[in-house]
Amino acid sequence: MATPASAKTPSPGAAYRVGAIVVGLIFIAGLVLLTGHSPIDVLVAMVKAAFGTEDQFARVLATLVPLTLCACGLIFTFNAGLYNLGVEGQMIIGGIAATLALRLLQDSAPGPVAMAVAILAGIAGGVVWALLAGALNVFGRISEIFAGLGLNFVAQGLAVYLIFGPWKRPGVASMSGTAPFPETLWLPTIGKTEASPVALIAGLVVLVFTVIVMRNTYFGLRLRAVGLNPRSSTVQGIPATRYLLSAFALSGAMAGLAGGLQVLAIFHRLIPNISSNLGFLSLLIVMLGNFNALFVLPLAFFFSALNVGSLTLPIQFQLESALAGVIQGVLVLAALIGRGLSQQARARARAAAVRKG
Amino acid sequence: MKLEELVILIATAVAAATPLVFAVIGETITERAGIVNLSADGTILLAGMAGFGAARATDSIWVGFLAAALVGAAVAAIVAYGAITLKQSQIAIGFILALLCADLSSFLGAPLVLQPGPQVPALPIPGLADVPIIGRIFFSSDGMVYASYLVIGLAWLYLYRMRGGLALRAVGEQPAAAFARGVPVVRLRYLYTILGGALIGIAGAAFTLDMKTGWTYRHTAGYGWIALAIVIFGGWNPLRGAMGAYLFGFLEALASFAQSRVPGVPTQVFAVLPFVLMILVLAATSGEWLTRLIQRAPPALRRLLSANLNAPAPAGLGKAFEQD
Amino acid sequence: MLVELRHIHKRFGAVHANNDVSLTARPGRVHGLLGENGAGKSTLAKILTGFITRDSGDILLDGKPARISTPADATAAGIGMLHQDPLDVPAMTALDNFMAGMPGRSPVTVLRGAAAEKRFREIAAGLGFKLDPRDRVGDFTVGERQQLEVIRLMALGVRTLILDEPTTGISAAQKDQLFEAVRQMAREGRSIIFVSHKLEDVCALCDEVTVMRRGEVMGGRVLREEGRLLDTPARISSDLVTLMFGRELASPSRETHRQEQPAFTLSGVVLDDRRLRIALPEIAIRRGEIIGLAGLEGSGQRLLLQHCAGLLPATAGRLLGRTDLTHKPHKAYLRAGIMYLPADRLKEGLIGGLTLQEHVALRRSVAGKAGTFVNRASALDGAEKAITALNIRGRPDSRVERLSGGNQQRAQLALMPAQLDLILMEHPTRGLDVESAMWVWKLLRERCASGTSILFASADLDEIMQYSDRVIVFSGGQVAPPVEANALDVDRLGRRIGGQMDA
Repeated sequence: MATPASAKTPSPGAAYRVGAIVVGLIFIAGLVLLTGHSPIDVLVAMVKAAFGTEDQFARVLATLVPLTLCACGLIFTFNAGLYNLGVEGQMIIGGIAATLALRLLQDSAPGPVAMAVAILAGIAGGVVWALLAGALNVFGRISEIFAGLGLNFVAQGLAVYLIFGPWKRPGVASMSGTAPFPETLWLPTIGKTEASPVALIAGLVVLVFTVIVMRNTYFGLRLRAVGLNPRSSTVQGIPATRYLLSAFALSGAMAGLAGGLQVLAIFHRLIPNISSNLGFLSLLIVMLGNFNALFVLPLAFFFSALNVGSLTLPIQFQLESALAGVIQGVLVLAALIGRGLSQQARARARAAAVRKG
Repeated sequence: MKLEELVILIATAVAAATPLVFAVIGETITERAGIVNLSADGTILLAGMAGFGAARATDSIWVGFLAAALVGAAVAAIVAYGAITLKQSQIAIGFILALLCADLSSFLGAPLVLQPGPQVPALPIPGLADVPIIGRIFFSSDGMVYASYLVIGLAWLYLYRMRGGLALRAVGEQPAAAFARGVPVVRLRYLYTILGGALIGIAGAAFTLDMKTGWTYRHTAGYGWIALAIVIFGGWNPLRGAMGAYLFGFLEALASFAQSRVPGVPTQVFAVLPFVLMILVLAATSGEWLTRLIQRAPPALRRLLSANLNAPAPAGLGKAFEQD
Repeated sequence: MLVELRHIHKRFGAVHANNDVSLTARPGRVHGLLGENGAGKSTLAKILTGFITRDSGDILLDGKPARISTPADATAAGIGMLHQDPLDVPAMTALDNFMAGMPGRSPVTVLRGAAAEKRFREIAAGLGFKLDPRDRVGDFTVGERQQLEVIRLMALGVRTLILDEPTTGISAAQKDQLFEAVRQMAREGRSIIFVSHKLEDVCALCDEVTVMRRGEVMGGRVLREEGRLLDTPARISSDLVTLMFGRELASPSRETHRQEQPAFTLSGVVLDDRRLRIALPEIAIRRGEIIGLAGLEGSGQRLLLQHCAGLLPATAGRLLGRTDLTHKPHKAYLRAGIMYLPADRLKEGLIGGLTLQEHVALRRSVAGKAGTFVNRASALDGAEKAITALNIRGRPDSRVERLSGGNQQRAQLALMPAQLDLILMEHPTRGLDVESAMWVWKLLRERCASGTSILFASADLDEIMQYSDRVIVFSGGQVAPPVEANALDVDRLGRRIGGQMDA
């Protein structure tokens, strides 16, 4: 594939990366066609539904916050060489802890104080849950993937138990969650939309923090070193265990914060599906962005817009909103396969160069 | 609890565990070859949906199972291509596919939601079904349940008693050693990943055409992750993996049994409970601490224990094979 | 089987691993392939067994050209190889290992364990091996795993057997057993190629020998006819040493930077990593001194280095530097100015994925002289200085895994802090070209001039003799007290490594 175009690009395999994404897009278009709709119409409708009105755009921003928070946390674990699939559970526990704090304080403390404590409680809950997975991994030698997935089930079970048990809403308990908190315990929003400035600021602060830590601090550098080669790092005097646990804790803190904010700013109560799969979606975002913190915001924004835009599909086209997830998954898979193909092409080019030389 | 109730409970457990048995055996075969197919949860959903849809369209459960197996094999082929040929992270590919297939099943399966469809007919085995207790538990169900017994037995026989199984184990343990013995490592890894994927696909159809008949959104969500965990619990051995599946089935049966008898606790809790309990069982039976405990035992006992309790993962699991 | 290799060439990047290599192994004879580490012996063996594809050259089996491009081809042609690290499956039993890869048609054939076990025991008895086929290979010693492989290869009916450094890491008794089995196999008409860097083993076993050096055949000679040596052992070894090293080694006459004052002392240290247990003699490392650790690989050199690096606590004894370092944490060793440069640079030394500049920053942060934020400008400056000073072919933003082996080693040296009391190295110049190797030693000796002591392990006796002030010999679980290098020569050193400690 030594076309003049690919010869000019810095990496010889770039064509593969682009090609894989194009194939992915064609696949998605084909799926939509299969349902008897025009991909263009669907795309236009989704863009409109995401950005058409202030309310819709605010909803994009509201979904952007938990995605950004979780993705930032995952930047730390991925760079430490860990697959923190427990992010969903950490978010759920964050939501549970925030709810617990609000329930305890709602009658005794003023609203802002109760909410501040609830946010801290959410963070703490996420940290504890992540460190549990971390301890199982570091000390128990259980793969962090399965420790995390297992703890997701436990967190999910705990949420369901609380909603249908001790925290049952008056009357009949249901999947719609606990009784809503009074409006004094709602985080303020921009106008009457779903976007909360507090949540947005929290997301922004965490993002800036993450970018700075990963790019500019020795902590970030050492964390990457541990992730790339724990043995070398130890020989050089970096306490690998401490760094691995720090990554878990940071990731848990951010996921817990996301869970807490879902309670305080979006749902105003605990619901069984408080994480709304956003934690898993964040894993995709970070993978797509090649574990680089700089890509978190644009990709999270894109994914959030897809999620919100897809809400119009059932109304306008009688299509499932799951299309958003399909698009996201296909793009990430295509990017991964494209990367593999381009690596292979480069390796082949190198081998050919060796043979010639 | 009366004996009658206990028999019903166990019979329910065996039936409830059947789809999982297929998934666990499929994943066990895949991982024995050194590949983790983390997409199981999504594969089961997508294959289950496709199997139900195909069976409904053709009014043939056979076509349904075939479609499910093909879908499972196709997803596994993507995992194999990405992991073996492109040498990308098996975890990343599997995880992406787990989410993607789940959403695909919701998107494509929308017209099938809560629709009636064919299901596997009951098939008590004449004679055997009338044997007291045993007959009720093992021989009064349907073809899928019997097929699952067969799959467990065949998988075990193949792995431990046949030439191909020996090569399969060698490929997953030490691909370089297998290669040195003339075993085609790459081809076998593809073959067993795809075969395992087909079995995971069949697990999906076993849900939608048999144990949890019909289709809704995220109909079987969670079972794939549990299957992955049970493979570890089962020490990559088909027999012990099947035991794990039956244990989970028992927990599920127990939960639905208790549901009607423990009034204070809401049903939704019982739906989640088996997953939580299973995870706790797994945490208690795996990990470093067991290894340490076994190492303290006297040598004779230690050998027995570590052969039976402490099954390490195939040494080549998750690693790409590089030929010089 | 008559095996002829003709004009074999193989390159790995810039390295010409096999340069026009020809060799003939005859049935009934044990053919030695002798050379230092890195001479290209293993490459040749792997080409003959299909693990590596050659760039050019021919392989003739019984006079007919053979196509060997996979290990399966080699097996089918009747060629088997005993690898340096036994290629088996530790998690399975010996019998399973024995049966795996046996020719057969269908994968759904039921294994006939009883028949295979009978065959296993027959072959084992014929070779004088005592292995229980039902034991797990993971519980075997290296020597037993070799025996298993020999049994397996015999069952496959190999007519040519290649042994790649088979005497590394096995006991003396196992070695005798192995040699007896090899002679037996040769008597039965097989051709044997015995790859080794150990002169003594080659002299003890082989009928003829080919010597390789730096990828080329340096010569060969017949050692035995009808089992009898054709010359005196002393003359044979001196001939072969000349071929191996290219010249009679000049006795070490080089300036030393050794001072009188001891920098570190080890007394009564016993080390145990569960595979190997060694008791060290009294060792007083003097300032500016270079001590070479000689011995077969895996004889305990690594344990000593890791102990001095603070990575392996001793079961007994003391290590004193400026302060008492016994049982201190790893950090204390780093603070005491001790630097460990492991053999596998990308596994234990450098961090693949990070750039040179990032390595510079990382080392600074570990040294505790950095704040919270990375000072990029100064790291860039540091990296550029290192590149100039050590003549590294790379840029500050080059990832270390993209550098050549020589440049990686230079990078490791560049990353060493300025003030060091002790440098611990494994194979300082392994895999390096001549120019890089000389650079490395030039730098190391400059360090000695400023008072740093060096402990290094090497499989290259030449290197040990050339650079050490004193030598510590590791042999068969024993560690001899340090001897002045001036009192040794390669020959005597070789014999000491072979177990004659008073040579």
